[in-house]
Amino acid sequence: MKAQISSFILHPLFFTPKIMSLSFDLSTPKQKQELVKSFFYHLFVGGFCLVMVYPLLWLFSSSLKPTDEIWRTVMQLIPSSITFDNYVNGWAGFGNISFTTFYQNSLIYTVLATLITVFFSGMVAYGFSRVNFIGRKFWFACMITTLMLPVQVVIIPQYIMFSNLKWLNTLYPLLLPRFGGQAFFIFMIMQFVRGIPKELDEAAEIDGCGKVGIFFRIILPLIQPALVTCAIFSFYWTWEDFLTPLIYLNSPKLYTVSLALRSFADPSANTDWGAIFAMSALSLVPVFIIFIFFQRYLVQGISTTGLKG
Amino acid sequence: MAVIPAKTASAKLAAPAQKRNFRQSNLIGYIFIAPWLLAFFAFTLMPMLASLYFSFTDYSSLDSLDKARWVGLQNFERMFTTDTKYIKAVSATFFYVIFAIPLRLIFALGLAMLLNTGRKGMGLYRAAFYAPSIVGGSIAVAVMWRQVFGTEGLVNGFLAFFGVPARTWLGNPDTAIWTLIVLAVWQFGSPMLIFLAGLKQIPTEFYEAASIDGASGIRKFISITLPLLSPVIFFNLIMQMISGLMVFTQAFIITGGAPLDTTLFYALYIYRRAFENFQMGYASAMAWVLLLIIAFFAAIVFRSSSQWVYYETKEEG
Repeated sequence: MKAQISSFILHPLFFTPKIMSLSFDLSTPKQKQELVKSFFYHLFVGGFCLVMVYPLLWLFSSSLKPTDEIWRTVMQLIPSSITFDNYVNGWAGFGNISFTTFYQNSLIYTVLATLITVFFSGMVAYGFSRVNFIGRKFWFACMITTLMLPVQVVIIPQYIMFSNLKWLNTLYPLLLPRFGGQAFFIFMIMQFVRGIPKELDEAAEIDGCGKVGIFFRIILPLIQPALVTCAIFSFYWTWEDFLTPLIYLNSPKLYTVSLALRSFADPSANTDWGAIFAMSALSLVPVFIIFIFFQRYLVQGISTTGLKG
Repeated sequence: MAVIPAKTASAKLAAPAQKRNFRQSNLIGYIFIAPWLLAFFAFTLMPMLASLYFSFTDYSSLDSLDKARWVGLQNFERMFTTDTKYIKAVSATFFYVIFAIPLRLIFALGLAMLLNTGRKGMGLYRAAFYAPSIVGGSIAVAVMWRQVFGTEGLVNGFLAFFGVPARTWLGNPDTAIWTLIVLAVWQFGSPMLIFLAGLKQIPTEFYEAASIDGASGIRKFISITLPLLSPVIFFNLIMQMISGLMVFTQAFIITGGAPLDTTLFYALYIYRRAFENFQMGYASAMAWVLLLIIAFFAAIVFRSSSQWVYYETKEEG
């Protein structure tokens, strides 16, 4: 059983093909030709790679340059002298609210939203994929349709509803909808549950385990890789979420990092470009750290669902 | 001989038990999907119906529902006849989707094929190409993009290197939308990963057989890669087009709809009407038209798919 699951996770699809050992023995013309080919391949793909990540490198390098140097040396990637002044100046924030507050707000929102979304997505996914009930197909179709639903159709009545409940400037409008899980995650976990042999459920049922027990004792531990993938996506999307906080949070004290950055980088209010670059770069640091450590999960999630990430 | 009566006996016994089991599993099933079901009713279905109702009203206040005044089709009439901004928003959004999405998919497919050759460094390249996709929706990148295309920014700096005079990319009605299209194409990472996964499923024997028959690289691409990958391409096209129609944050931060409303995307215009002018009825009407546009596109692509999408017959046991 274990072999089957790990073979699902370790499916060759999700893995880079074995690195082909390149022979440097140039005794045959064929090998020589191969080496030349390889050289041009890396020149082209590597060069394109550099173009792709260049704006991000530029952002980070500019954030480390002295303010007066940023626009004078636009094309220079390596600063003549490295300074962290921009980070110190930027962290002070605006209107007597420092980025400490904004990061706290973002962290609370992101962590709570992620935990809620991931747990309930797992629960709903189990219901859809392992329990037979009337209307299952219908509700599943409804759920998939919501993937294509423009948020603009629901956001206005939602706003009116939450404002009538006097819940503006609270976390309720941001967190309550998360209790239903998220269609994309439910779909992704369902794909994963499919790979778990049904015999496991049946064996547990014979031993007297109910559906709830099967979920908590068997499925939940086994779908952990899928849950991690969901957690990472959820973290990203909540961390970068802009529209929802923009609508519901109007008091600067409650701003998330995204909202704060928008006000902070307003060209009519702030011209300290060093500080703006520094705070922009800093907001991407958590994203990149998670990306480096969990890249494999992301690739897996995108590949199994075939949906965008 | 004794086996047969035993079987029928157990079947007779099982019938009520199965019925009970089924009723029980109905209950359990609904308990498990209850969180989604409740959220669906409260935050999707009911708001959708409310929005549909608002779209036929003049609703410009948040105080109470009584202020919603029924105006029939007036909102829709205004949209298509007198509101010139609306027409601009629609054409800007279509222009964006028509260029950004196919270009993004072309880049994604091209790079996926280049990375699928099994050479060294594939993991690193894949990570680097995917990186823009994970940060692309953030405010930080939008703020950065504004400076990349700023008068003193990276692009002008690069062009100055070749002696090309500086341009105001964001202030020029001809180029502003292209800065957003480039930003969208820059994020080709996730469709690239999907294509990469699809490419790896194509058996290498197909290519080997084609090589023996003397097929060229282009021929192999047209006759093997494209047909076998078509379901994936098709699916991506729909989903990306739909998300393209809803693009908001980038235009909101980078151009703010300017210059001359050339980047006033649909979602941005809805936001302005709803949350800056508080014309909730009119904004709802626009949102419903967007929903219909999306449904229409999804239907066209789904319908036409049988013409050009090749589904391999599965022979799974």
